[in-house]
Amino acid sequence: MKVILKNLMVNYPYFIAAILFIIGALTVLTRNNLFKKLFGINIMESAIFILFVGGANIRNGIEPILNESEVGAVYVNPLPSALMLTGIVVSVSVTAFALALIVRLYESYGTTNARRIAEIRNELTTK
Amino acid sequence: MNLKIKKLFALAVILMSVYMIIMVVAELPPYGEPNNPVHNNVSERYINDALHDTGVPNMVTAIVFDYRAYDTMFEAIVLFAATLAVVITLKRWKKAGDNK
Amino acid sequence: MKDFILKHIAAIILPFICIYGFYVILHGHISPGGSFAGGIIVGLSFIAFITIYGSRKGHAQMPDKVLVFMESYGTLWYGIMGMIGIFKGVPFLANKLAGVNLGAPWALSSGGLISLIGIGVGIRVTSTIITLFFTMMEDES
Repeated sequence: MKVILKNLMVNYPYFIAAILFIIGALTVLTRNNLFKKLFGINIMESAIFILFVGGANIRNGIEPILNESEVGAVYVNPLPSALMLTGIVVSVSVTAFALALIVRLYESYGTTNARRIAEIRNELTTK
Repeated sequence: MNLKIKKLFALAVILMSVYMIIMVVAELPPYGEPNNPVHNNVSERYINDALHDTGVPNMVTAIVFDYRAYDTMFEAIVLFAATLAVVITLKRWKKAGDNK
Repeated sequence: MKDFILKHIAAIILPFICIYGFYVILHGHISPGGSFAGGIIVGLSFIAFITIYGSRKGHAQMPDKVLVFMESYGTLWYGIMGMIGIFKGVPFLANKLAGVNLGAPWALSSGGLISLIGIGVGIRVTSTIITLFFTMMEDES
């Protein structure tokens, strides 16, 4: 138990990412409002970005831009930053399209509650 | 009642995954060490050869626009398609004979 | 919005934000930042202009035709730059292999295709952000 707590203290960025991921998953699972579900998905994406960029870090390392004035400096890993740049753009696209779909749903059904929308659809199809 | 059972079920699932994730985080290599398995020969190659291969000192830009340029091109196409989809979904198209 | 102070402060600040965005786009290969971040800064300065001065003035500054042009040709620009490799007989999107002059490192014109592609991507990210905002915003009137 003591070892686990010590490891959690050392790995605090991963721990924060895990906590954020769980908050996002709980939001997606328990909220009925579609906007809040979308916020939950965004929080989960931020958790993944923190996990990757935190894993790339080195203590006392400098940013991955070649700098001839600092000889023998340790550069942090540039690959996860580049991958997460792609991830951020895809997350922006997904968020924009989801927002457009939610606005359309609100215009058709008059509500953003997922449960209410399912009820209305049920009534329409069983009629 | 049904709603409460569903929320309790979600909470149970989340608690189980909390336990799992905390165990995984405790097993990960220590944060910020230079000998972690993440910093393998791939990142060494990028750090040492980026200036020689691309002529650009910013390694992230070198990876995004040169080593993985094909990936970035399709990422740009994803953004284009998302914009197209949003415009098609939300724009008020004028119908023929509908003079508003 | 009819706020005297907001309008006059924005008139002073917004040009500098826009210029800073162009700086980040153009220096993406030698300093922190890049074309995605710079494009979003330029787009956000236009969004601030539209929210403060109203969508009619915003449409006058950024007509739909200009936005569509930037969006589509910014995406096509990437493919055109990639075709240089094909014409030289090397793989698609090759930079050093295609014999492009890389220039001196740490200079603004270094990097061959990288800075050219970066400018195109910055322009199309700007137009994407503005298009999304125009489409999602409620029409006044």
